[in-house]
Amino acid sequence: MKGTTRAFWLFVGPFLIGLALFTFVPIGWSAYLSLFEARNTVTPTVFLGLKNYADMLTDDAFLRSLGTFLAFAVFIVPLTFVLSLALAMAVNQIGVARAFFRSVFFLPFACSYVVASLVWKMSLFSGVETGVANKVLAVFGGDPIAWTGTVDPPWYWLVLVTARLWLQLGFYMILFIAALQRIPDHLYEAAWTDGASPGWQTFRYITWPQLRGATVAVLTLNLINAFQAFDEFYNILGDSRGYPPFARPPLVYLYYTSLGSGGQDLGRGSAGAMILTVIIAAVTLLQGRVFRFGRA
Amino acid sequence: MGRDYGVPVPVGYRQTTAGRIGVVLRWIALVIGAVLFLLPFYLLVRNGLATQGELSARDWSLFPRSLHWSNFADVFDSDEVPLLRSLWNSVVVAVLQTVGQVFLCSLAGYGLARIPYRHANKVLYAVIASLMVPTAVTFVPSFVVVSSLGWISDLRGLVVPGLFSALNVFLFRQYFLDFPVELEEAGRLDGLNRWGVFWRVVVPNCGGFFAAIAVIDFIGSWNQFLWPLIIGQDESSWTVQVALSTLLSSQNPKINLLFAAAAVSILPIVLVFVVLQRYLVRGVTETGLRG
Repeated sequence: MKGTTRAFWLFVGPFLIGLALFTFVPIGWSAYLSLFEARNTVTPTVFLGLKNYADMLTDDAFLRSLGTFLAFAVFIVPLTFVLSLALAMAVNQIGVARAFFRSVFFLPFACSYVVASLVWKMSLFSGVETGVANKVLAVFGGDPIAWTGTVDPPWYWLVLVTARLWLQLGFYMILFIAALQRIPDHLYEAAWTDGASPGWQTFRYITWPQLRGATVAVLTLNLINAFQAFDEFYNILGDSRGYPPFARPPLVYLYYTSLGSGGQDLGRGSAGAMILTVIIAAVTLLQGRVFRFGRA
Repeated sequence: MGRDYGVPVPVGYRQTTAGRIGVVLRWIALVIGAVLFLLPFYLLVRNGLATQGELSARDWSLFPRSLHWSNFADVFDSDEVPLLRSLWNSVVVAVLQTVGQVFLCSLAGYGLARIPYRHANKVLYAVIASLMVPTAVTFVPSFVVVSSLGWISDLRGLVVPGLFSALNVFLFRQYFLDFPVELEEAGRLDGLNRWGVFWRVVVPNCGGFFAAIAVIDFIGSWNQFLWPLIIGQDESSWTVQVALSTLLSSQNPKINLLFAAAAVSILPIVLVFVVLQRYLVRGVTETGLRG
């Protein structure tokens, strides 16, 4: 072997072996399992063909989980986008105490979803009268609400969405701040010379177009993260009696199908994982194409 | 970078009426926002210092009348949840994962950026392709592989699968592409081979970037939940997140102790956050905008 070839494998080899073993092998194995009946086993014998896929695609619970993701995304993606951009602009334009505000909004990034779920479920949105939200309601003469236990109206969405907003707004704010600071001053100066007023007009014609890259990054990351939501759903909605039949996003659904206590159905779980992988890959490719088309 | 205002305004604009209103509104919004953002942290500590009875009493109020510091001692004695053991597990997992990941991914990133090899492009495509498959979606297949290795409820199962981050390899590669070649050539002239150049020349000059990636890795590893939940099936292999979650969903948990335990669990990360925030901000920017 040539010296450089050996050096290349010395540097890249260890990682590549791991990547193969823990990413490519699992995907291949999973594709294989998805064609078999695989209950509580990883070496199945009964070949089913595409039956697991057909089962999943006609399974109401699986389709509902995709619906749950869509509902979640409809709230979380625009809210995160608007609020993190607003925070970034506000923090960036404040003279004094900018570092303080930036740290405060970024701090929840250090908190785990489990701990946030605890605070949201047991204190902020606790269903008893002593929960903070119910205390606030009481001030206005409202009756206490069982925030995480009511399906109609589905107040649990408020709990889930605010928890995630708190946890991730700071992260996206940091991205926007970095992007804002990369916009060259002379663009603004040129705009004022041309008669644009500071505020809406400079935002509309200078800031917003210059933020394009960050916008794409924030939307994409946010959407993919929402698709993988698990922690706060599991910890806020689940309790000692298990997980309620509603509000199961894809990963929660897959978790209970393939690894939950009611028998491990790895065949159908694998089929579900394959379907989700295809969806994510398709969305990633599609959004890359869509955003690139718009670029002059 | 490094200028004062992200969106500059003309000289004197802040003295106009519109400018003044803008400043005032911004301050009001930021202060309200800051209070709301700090409230959950306050509740965590406040409830962690309460008695069990106080938390379910009708007269619970935002400002406690008495503080029960003994909760923080009790929480380590409680046999309901093995807090000490799970904290230790979290420390071990987070440290091993951070060190291992930075080590493996920086090597691979450097190899892909700098070492000419006929099939390097194909390897790079494989890395990028795996980026499109989020790890969380492959948790079922990964579980299958890990369980057939016999790594369930095992430290190896918790740590090893998380070491191979394609995203980090990609970030390191992009970063090393911009590293000044002249420095590396100087190292070669001094008689170092590629391995020596990497460790003696490249790594010492990229401290900030390594720190940025490491901080992100550490926080991510400490806070991860789904994977440890699947792998840590025995109590002895729970990480602190799994332990807290189990307690949260148990029947009649001692809520005050649960809050105290959660406050203890975020302490290391808050410290990391405060001390290394500079690197963290950089790491977030790199992972978010380049990835």
